[in-house]
Amino acid sequence: MTHATENSSRPGDDRRADYIRIQDFSFYYGSKQALFDVTMDIPERQVTAFIGPSGCGKSTLLRNLNRMNDLIDGVRHEGDVLVNGESIYDPHIEVISLRKRIGMVFQKSNPFPKSIYENVVYPLRVAGQNTRSVLDETVERSLRGAALWDEAKDRLHESALSLSGGQMQRLCIARAIANRPEILLMDEPCSALDPIATVKVEELIHDLKREFTIVIVTHNMQQATRCSDRTALFYLGKLIEYADTQKIFSNPAQKQTEDYITGRFG
Amino acid sequence: MSAAKAPSLTKTHAAPGEPLVWLTAMGLALGLLMVAGLLGVIVANGVPVFWPAPLVEVTLKPGVQNPVPGGGETFVGRLVQQRVKRTPVLDAAGRPQADQSELQYFIGNKDGYGSNFVFINRADIAKTRTPKDILVIERMEYGPAFGFPQRLATSDGKTLSASDPAFPGALRALVAEGNARRRALETIEKRDIGRINAEMNELKIRGRDSSAPTKAMTALEARYETLASEARALRLLQTAATLTYQLPNGAVKELPIGNILGYYQPNQIGIFRKLGLFLHNIWNFLSQDPREANTEGGVFPAIFGTFVMTMLMSLAVVPFGVIAAIYLREYARQGFFVRAVRIAINNLAGVPSIVFGVFGLGFFVYFLGGSIDKTFFGDYLPTPTFGTGGILWAALTLALMTVPVVIVATEEAIAAVPRGMKEGSLACGASKWQTIQRIILPASLPGILTGLVLAMARGAGEVAPLMLVGVVKLAPSLPIDGEFPFLHPERKFMHLGFHIYDLGFQSPDSEAAKPMVFATTLLLILLVVALNLFAIVIRERLRKKYATGAF
Repeated sequence: MTHATENSSRPGDDRRADYIRIQDFSFYYGSKQALFDVTMDIPERQVTAFIGPSGCGKSTLLRNLNRMNDLIDGVRHEGDVLVNGESIYDPHIEVISLRKRIGMVFQKSNPFPKSIYENVVYPLRVAGQNTRSVLDETVERSLRGAALWDEAKDRLHESALSLSGGQMQRLCIARAIANRPEILLMDEPCSALDPIATVKVEELIHDLKREFTIVIVTHNMQQATRCSDRTALFYLGKLIEYADTQKIFSNPAQKQTEDYITGRFG
Repeated sequence: MSAAKAPSLTKTHAAPGEPLVWLTAMGLALGLLMVAGLLGVIVANGVPVFWPAPLVEVTLKPGVQNPVPGGGETFVGRLVQQRVKRTPVLDAAGRPQADQSELQYFIGNKDGYGSNFVFINRADIAKTRTPKDILVIERMEYGPAFGFPQRLATSDGKTLSASDPAFPGALRALVAEGNARRRALETIEKRDIGRINAEMNELKIRGRDSSAPTKAMTALEARYETLASEARALRLLQTAATLTYQLPNGAVKELPIGNILGYYQPNQIGIFRKLGLFLHNIWNFLSQDPREANTEGGVFPAIFGTFVMTMLMSLAVVPFGVIAAIYLREYARQGFFVRAVRIAINNLAGVPSIVFGVFGLGFFVYFLGGSIDKTFFGDYLPTPTFGTGGILWAALTLALMTVPVVIVATEEAIAAVPRGMKEGSLACGASKWQTIQRIILPASLPGILTGLVLAMARGAGEVAPLMLVGVVKLAPSLPIDGEFPFLHPERKFMHLGFHIYDLGFQSPDSEAAKPMVFATTLLLILLVVALNLFAIVIRERLRKKYATGAF
């Protein structure tokens, strides 16, 4: 189903425009509805940003893409999410193998209380991979991918908790890409970082999109303009507007979008 | 105060809530004071037991009746305590005397005097002095003897007078010999003959149907005879030499050297020798078996029993508690039923311990133990093997009693593991069990150990349930020894807590046992503290390792 996409910024390449396909998706925490009939296609190997005020449902949607919300009691959904044509809610799909294909970086960095090395290889270890050479190779590749190799290569066996906040977040990115997932979900990855660390992570996102499909939730509109190709604005659980980032920020179709990006609400 | 004026920064009166800070501080101080007082009483009463205090010769005023028979106006003893009399003493005119205090002396020589302690009004004492050459003899029976050595009769019929310069050396050599022989005797009687008895029992049970003595049996009997005659010969040697000494009241006693454990002259030795004796006494207390209805000798079997039982209990309680907590916190559907289970667990922690003892007796001892006996030890019946109290059943009973503590502590530790860490692991494609095993359990180990510390503190100090499921006043053998299979979970055992009860309330001479009660209490507290410190040190190490600094 490879074809030129109708809304890709660079037509003519082989990337699927509907790599993740969200169809009429509604989501409920108990009786409270958090998402209302969201329908959108997320393109392959591009950066898609979800923006919107707090409580608008952008994180909820992101956490549904790897079914992280399943952990919460009393949730239910309507509609469907397809990744590369397969429904993630298909009863034949195991949620564990789904999560192996979808890496995730959280708002708060969450390194495990283990060494840097063990943090990075954790996804491989739980998948049963214990071959030393493979693990060594993965550590170097992932840390280089997360732009942490030069800082961490001499202290791989020290505790991950000895890293600085920005380094920890990059370590979590290295961990998320260690098992070569197809998609990388980032839930406000820079909200707890200082500007310098933020720049590093943003550069990293730019590099990573060559390999991964990235979905990023952010509160920071400059960040969305700097590093995303497409942007979706959510408000009160509804998708307001979804278009190329440039278009959203220069020429929004909706009045609400304009109000939000110019700071009149939110 | 005008609105323009800035509020004064100087304190005019207490800030709101300040008195409550004082109240809480006072509460804490009161609690600490009570604990310190308790420990103070125990230490003050327990430690002097081991100190070689001087012996004094008390001369009574004329006309005062001497509590020691035949002593004239004097007796010799060690001052135990001084206290105010409960009923006032009146003088000739019917008014209370000025000095109302009385002194308690330990006079020893129970074989000669009949009782160990005397009380004397301080007003009745004319003078005291410390006789130089009085000897304290620690012996196997009747507690210590106080007396003046007269002569030594050696096994070859010679006698050596106490004034002879060779006397001290000869006595020392003989006592050392006697102690060595006693150890040899113990080895023969306890270990070798015990082993033969066990083998004989085994043979008897296996050959119950055939009445004819087998060859193996005759061989065993022959071996037994040799050992028994060896022991008889040693015993004879133990009584061959004797020490003759005079009691302070003039009576002359003769004591076989084999009965002497040690001796010293409390009024002659210097401070370092005293310190040495003090440490020696403590060591004996810690390392020896009890003698004379537990009032003399050491408490080693009780220490060992307490330790082994607590360890067995920990081995049982941690896996069960942790598994239950994991299920409750991670797998069970949180709802009415789980809430009810939680409440039940918390209530279980408040059930009186004796109830657990009764349950342990009924379930573990009679039901489980009885079934094990019927299935595996049928040959030995009606003598029970597991169907009677034993260290395993005691440990399991206490584990049952303390498992709620471990469950609650573990649940809290698991709940305290940051959610982000759990989600991070799951997002890496780990299964729930992998997340528990690799992330949650290591991070909650310190909390689990806290639960274990609490469980051990409660378990090691518990007595009531143990009395039903296996603790005894005097255990013939330790639960772990050199005999196959080394750990004997069916054996009865001694326990420091029960030892305290036994000494204080079951011994024939409670006055004599009182200091031992305090010493044993001190020891029990120290043992519990040591076990806890051990767990706390491990916990601190783990905390450093698994510190979740990011949160």
